[in-house]
Amino acid sequence: MVSPFAWFKWQALIRDWSVFGQGFANTLLAAALALALALGLGIVFGVFGAAPVKLTRVLNRIYVEFIQNTPLVIQVFFLYNGLPHLGVMLPVLVVGVLGVGVYHGAYIAEVVRAGIQSIHRGQLEAGLSQGFSYVGAMRHIILPQAARVVLPPLTNQAVSLVKNTSVLALIAGGDLMYHADSWSSDTLYYGPAYVLVGVLYLIICYPLATLARNLERRAGVSG
Amino acid sequence: MIRLEGVNKFFGHHHVLKNINLNVKSGEKLVIIGPSGSGKSTLIRSANLLEKPTSGKVIVNGVDITAPKAPVAKVRQSVAMVFQQFNLYPHKTVLENLTLAPVLIKGVPKAEAEESAKAFLERVGLTAKANAYPSQLSGGQQQRVAIARALNMKPQIMLFDEPTSALDPEMIQEVLDVMVDLAHGGITMVVVTHEMGFARQVADRVIFMDEGEIIEQGPPEHFFVNPTHERTKLFLSRILR
Repeated sequence: MVSPFAWFKWQALIRDWSVFGQGFANTLLAAALALALALGLGIVFGVFGAAPVKLTRVLNRIYVEFIQNTPLVIQVFFLYNGLPHLGVMLPVLVVGVLGVGVYHGAYIAEVVRAGIQSIHRGQLEAGLSQGFSYVGAMRHIILPQAARVVLPPLTNQAVSLVKNTSVLALIAGGDLMYHADSWSSDTLYYGPAYVLVGVLYLIICYPLATLARNLERRAGVSG
Repeated sequence: MIRLEGVNKFFGHHHVLKNINLNVKSGEKLVIIGPSGSGKSTLIRSANLLEKPTSGKVIVNGVDITAPKAPVAKVRQSVAMVFQQFNLYPHKTVLENLTLAPVLIKGVPKAEAEESAKAFLERVGLTAKANAYPSQLSGGQQQRVAIARALNMKPQIMLFDEPTSALDPEMIQEVLDVMVDLAHGGITMVVVTHEMGFARQVADRVIFMDEGEIIEQGPPEHFFVNPTHERTKLFLSRILR
């Protein structure tokens, strides 16, 4: 019985490093694009959820409840397998970015909404009384203050988002997880492949998590 | 300058303002007093539509701001408000607090806005605090910054909603001094306050409100010396000791 971590398996892994490099690059790209999308959606729908307009609050609830209460995997499967039946064919990377971005956008919307609602109402009134529009007061007065409050939970969302890009593997997305799956089912060298993949995710996520902790500590000190 | 016509305000079933008619003339110093819950804060907050009346009209400088699609934000530029809780922008320095709205809303060039901001800070005696953050100031200093922030919009009307009620006693006077100084300029002022000394000193007219109604009004000499209504007498006897 050969050990799953036998030395020659590691040698094979090193020989094929470019496969994992490609996957790592794709994962980084998908994560960056999905994060941008999630932030955009999260800010817009977070503001919707805190707005004094019933319609926008209803839109916020529909988005957040629907996305938060169905599995990410199902959502991505729908984009990948369902949309083509409606005549929409998306490149697999786009499916991943959309799926993960929309999914985390819902969580970020809740974070942003809570952040806005944590700012004293007098701030909005001061802005309005000076002639700011609601949107102007949000942008220049409320959101900059809310940003300090939401940075730590937001960074946690970014960490989850990076890890969740691994759903791309389920739809042949060319990401890190996908390449690990396909390489190891070709070679049957599962041990080194998944150890390496774990380390690579750690390399992206650990700095993000450390950043979150530092931000949290600083927020705690400044009150 | 400000006219309220038949203004009613309900919070749920609670009738907070009952058919209020009020006309504030240009340059007038109007002081509104009354027990808490009498509707005086709601009244002054209706004047710039922070509270939207359930019915009735609010007309500022000839513009009916209660009309649909009224240019409310535009009108608010000339109606500055000073709040009980100061509501300074905590993420901005004192100077930035003063220049934010003039630059972004009125399009005043930044250098010009800063220059006038410094002049107003000098007027309220806080030149040295221009680069401080609000959290580094005492309550009295914060409220004086809030007044300077209001002034830097170059408003025609100043609304004060209990500007000294959140202050420690020893800080009330420094804020009142600034307000008296302002009153001696020509600006129109509407002030909700419990400071009867201030009312006597600067008011052209004092209004007493109770349970959402204007019970009595008149010049301070009449008002404090010779009130006609029982409720006014009762209130004054409790507050003037």
